[in-house]
Amino acid sequence: MHKQKSNNTLDSKLEAVSMSIKQSIKNMDSFTHVRGESVYVDDINIKQGTFHGVVFDSPKAHGKIKHIDYSKAEALEGVERIFTYKDIPGANQIGGIIPDEPLFAEDEVHFWGMPIALIVAKSEFIARKARALIEIDIEELPVITTAKEAKAKGSFINAPRSFSLGDSKKAFAACAYVFKGETFSNGQEHLYIETQGAYAEPQENGNIKITSSTQGPTAVQKTIAQVLGVAMHKIEVDVTRLGGGFGGKEDQATPWAVMAALASYHLNQSVKLILNRHDDLRMTGKRHPYESSYKIGLSKDLKILAYEAEFLQNSGAAADLSPAIAERTLFHATNSYYVPNVKTTVISCKTNLPPNTAFRGFGGPQGMFVIESAIARAASEIGVSSRQIQEVNLLDENDTFSYGQIAKKVEAKNTWNSAKSIFNLETLERNVKEFNEANSTFKKGLALMPITFGISFTNTPMNHARALVHVYLDGSIGISTAAVEMGQGVNTKMMQIASDVFSVPIEKIKIETTNTTRVANTSPSAASSTADLNGKATLMACNTLLERLVKVASEDLNVSVEDIKLKAEFVYINEKKSELSWTDLVSKTMLKRVALTENAHYATPEIHFDKTKEKGHPFAYHVYGTAIITTTVDCTRGTYEFDSVKIVHDYGKSMSEGIDLGQVEGALAQGIGWMTMEEIAYNDEGRLLSNALSTYKIPDIFSVPKYVEVIPVETDGNDMAILKSKAVGEPPLMYGIGAYFALQNAIKAFNTKHQLKFHAPMTPEKVLMSLYEK
Amino acid sequence: MITFILNNKTIKTSEHSGMTLLDFIRYEQRLTGTKIGCREGDCGACTILVGTLENDVIQYQSITSCISPLGNAHGKHIVSVEGTNLQNKLTAQQEAMKANYATQCGFCTPGFVVSLTGFALSNSEKNYSNALDAIGGNICRCTGYKAIEKAAHQVVSNLKDKTEDYSFNWLIENEFIPKYFATIPERLKDLEAKDINQPQGKYVSGGTDLYVQQADHLVDNSVHLIADKNYLKGISIENDVCTIGTNSTVSDLWNHSELNTCFLKLKEHLKLVSSEQIRNMASFGGNLVNASPIGDMTIFFLALNSDVVILDPEGKERKKALKHFYQGYKTYDLKDGELLKAISFKLPTMQSFFNFEKVCKRTHLDIASVNSAIYISIENNIISKAHISIGGVAAIPKYLHETSKFLTGKRLSSETILEANDLLQSEISPISDVRGTSDYKRLLARQLFFAHFMELFPKQFTLNDFVQHA
Repeated sequence: MHKQKSNNTLDSKLEAVSMSIKQSIKNMDSFTHVRGESVYVDDINIKQGTFHGVVFDSPKAHGKIKHIDYSKAEALEGVERIFTYKDIPGANQIGGIIPDEPLFAEDEVHFWGMPIALIVAKSEFIARKARALIEIDIEELPVITTAKEAKAKGSFINAPRSFSLGDSKKAFAACAYVFKGETFSNGQEHLYIETQGAYAEPQENGNIKITSSTQGPTAVQKTIAQVLGVAMHKIEVDVTRLGGGFGGKEDQATPWAVMAALASYHLNQSVKLILNRHDDLRMTGKRHPYESSYKIGLSKDLKILAYEAEFLQNSGAAADLSPAIAERTLFHATNSYYVPNVKTTVISCKTNLPPNTAFRGFGGPQGMFVIESAIARAASEIGVSSRQIQEVNLLDENDTFSYGQIAKKVEAKNTWNSAKSIFNLETLERNVKEFNEANSTFKKGLALMPITFGISFTNTPMNHARALVHVYLDGSIGISTAAVEMGQGVNTKMMQIASDVFSVPIEKIKIETTNTTRVANTSPSAASSTADLNGKATLMACNTLLERLVKVASEDLNVSVEDIKLKAEFVYINEKKSELSWTDLVSKTMLKRVALTENAHYATPEIHFDKTKEKGHPFAYHVYGTAIITTTVDCTRGTYEFDSVKIVHDYGKSMSEGIDLGQVEGALAQGIGWMTMEEIAYNDEGRLLSNALSTYKIPDIFSVPKYVEVIPVETDGNDMAILKSKAVGEPPLMYGIGAYFALQNAIKAFNTKHQLKFHAPMTPEKVLMSLYEK
Repeated sequence: MITFILNNKTIKTSEHSGMTLLDFIRYEQRLTGTKIGCREGDCGACTILVGTLENDVIQYQSITSCISPLGNAHGKHIVSVEGTNLQNKLTAQQEAMKANYATQCGFCTPGFVVSLTGFALSNSEKNYSNALDAIGGNICRCTGYKAIEKAAHQVVSNLKDKTEDYSFNWLIENEFIPKYFATIPERLKDLEAKDINQPQGKYVSGGTDLYVQQADHLVDNSVHLIADKNYLKGISIENDVCTIGTNSTVSDLWNHSELNTCFLKLKEHLKLVSSEQIRNMASFGGNLVNASPIGDMTIFFLALNSDVVILDPEGKERKKALKHFYQGYKTYDLKDGELLKAISFKLPTMQSFFNFEKVCKRTHLDIASVNSAIYISIENNIISKAHISIGGVAAIPKYLHETSKFLTGKRLSSETILEANDLLQSEISPISDVRGTSDYKRLLARQLFFAHFMELFPKQFTLNDFVQHA
């Protein structure tokens, strides 16, 4: 990748080292991963006398609880106790943004799978047997499963939000083309392979330690304190690592940890609660389904002059993170395009589904699907290709987003044009055309998908992190941050930072578990920002320590601070190796009673957002990219394969190329899965039908694109990103949206009577029905 | 006592034989590298290897331990990821995963490592396609698999010099497996694994369907394990009749060289049935008595116009045509105490052709929306025999009596096929469910019926002969 001198003093010192290490560094966790020695919640060596919990949940989506009989379950040998809302000493409330979600149902149930009680027994097996013995009588109430229905009945989570720019009403009048339409995008199950779980252990004085598979340890700590009616300092939350999160463990890891803590509090014994897969699928929320309507207006030369959209978000039975997710839908409603006149509204609709929650992209993908659909529709009506419309509307430097932020260091056109030229789009398109002319049983389709994604928590106060760095007497280093390792490689990135600053090998550095007693009051590991926020804090702490160490070295060697550098575990004076080793320097520093521990706090500068005006500068920066997706459809069977996905992606200056590429490829597969085979199904009674891995299919090794190529675009990076290495977790998911349009283009090549539909996912069923639609 | 070798340690346990191997390994032996993902054999996170000694030769197969009864480990070598580890260094396949960034959250990783180890140990040709098959049943939610593909390529290239002779020396020297593997065959021979006491409970062979549906029940009640019963095993061919013991697994069919010659696309068909782990466990008897309207192997054998041999408790046998075996949803002609012994069918002749089609949301390791098989004989362009089966469109795995009869004696032409489709449509009665709407299944049934002829007679038929489109 292209090298660029940086103005940022913190970062520039490190550049030389970073470059050498970033090529070779492997995921530091992979050694224990491949040996089966990494420790997840369910792998912790449990204490003697540990009880196991199983959740008893509602067998109806909406109703009044008339009667529950626990007697048979309680009488089963091995059952210790069954906990309900009556056993809650504090508040029966776990809602994060809005306090609208009880831990256990009291008189009413609001979704199928809503927790009612926790059965605690000697084994999980006994607890599950006991669950089958509970008798419940529910008086059923009307069930709402779709957002539209909720809107019609006035069932909402909160007030709608709207963003606007220019005057869309007026602009439509001046448009050569105006199209209106509706779209639907279904939910998506996170399917972290490790299900939700927690382990609570009582400590002295009524304190409790909880090991939780959570992205948000502080949320877990705060909620447990609230439910138990105790102070936060009595609750210690520890996170070793997650077997996948993807947003599904940002808020929804909390209830299980709270339940385990509640049982532990009462029994004064350790309690383990790991959801089995069926319980997890049934009880937890997913990506929000969206029912949306749009109106798009274009000029004769295909410029999008006006865009209006109303997004109906199916929030489920409680707020959870829905309001924040709704907000991000608005932020990304125009994707990579500059539209001068915009009016977008999002309505969080309360339904009787499990509360839907964060999922990689956090409402952004749902917003982007709508404008891409509007463009596809417009293109089809006007008789041009979507690409022609996409291309002439891409963002430029200093364009204004509908929320008021001015676009800076824009790479939309750069990635688009690079993708076109590097991958030779004309040839690709010609190949598709020629193939389709020559073949009648298989058809190919191609689509381009540009992405623009804002990095930061859109709730500005959440953009902070801390790092606690210890240099031990022997020169080894321990680092604690708020970052939760869930596969994204954040541990490796933190380690790289310390290794770079101190110039010590990574073997000397340990990344500690994420623990609320070491790093408190944290934001969750989410919003793609974990490495940025925690990395900046780590960098600050390491630099402060470095300054102290260098000062000691300068005194000891009697040279000026400026002449000293640490290199390969030795002190260098004017680039010449001295006798003073890293270890000796550390012990000298200790003997001088200079602190070898530092705790740094980082808060993202510059960002702000005014919710009363819906204007501001919410993002530290944006990530850009463009994907070209090609598919082949089997027109006999309605099945399909993705031939290739070719991407030009804006990493900034990637600090770990292998790790970042893995994030792009993984997000892409998830995005394609969401758009194609992953189909959530509830029946009219609100019961989940896709309730097992046999009925909910995520991509396997045979179904991912045959060929994926990711070319990094050469950019300066961004000083707001850690070491100029841009956030990479969420943005690439949205390349997957292109899969939907590529499929539709292939269908169109077979059946000219096919009416474009914007109803994701595009399952083999929908493909076949479309191929033979008359 | 259930007796077996787990990694490098001999186990004698009086635990319930119906307990899952997964729970035994994780919670009784505290080997936590074997992960719980779904407990349905659908994710591969709990993959382990089973080494079976036969005629002094040990063969390793991968299985999903979550739906495998502990009792089936009796007399075997069971290998969890910990049992593949070398001291303080990585095996070649572990190194390949690490070097290619093929691990992110790490939760599915041990399963992949074990599957790749199984690939290294297997007799299969060391090419990339076989490596992919070996890990095809392992689901990863983080990587998008591209890095895992690279790791698989690396493993294949590391294995290309593997010597043919079946000793472990090469694999040990090249750091694919730890040294103790060399001692296993002798130790298995010396293992005093007498028959375990078999209570009269539910018959369980591979367990791949039963443990998905009733794991809790099986753990708590007596099970009668029959996977090791030799009289239910084996594939034999006599006078052009193939007889398959109901304990045989899909992998037994997969590996059968003569049947692969008779059915040239056998592996392609069986690849659609399930993952390698499940193929290694799933018995034909289990597939038939599970009586799922969509059971892949049932559809397969229905079209082959198979008979089933049924054994009563006294050891008496009776024969029944499979197409008359099923009576209604999940009911069939099997009395208490009776056991399916074997399936038999006539091998295809020069004039006969077989095809199997299956469409689901995900091509591999998924349950079909509709599956179908055809077995057809052609003489002078006249259909002399036709047997067609179709799943997912009725309460039972459906043999299409009328359509098959109609085709017999007709000229092989698109008109005949189109007319037959009308009949087919009247024979089926699909319902809407999570695998598709009834309209879709009807359309798909038609398409797969056409697909049979396009596959079998590509020079004679194209899609255009059956459907009109732009």
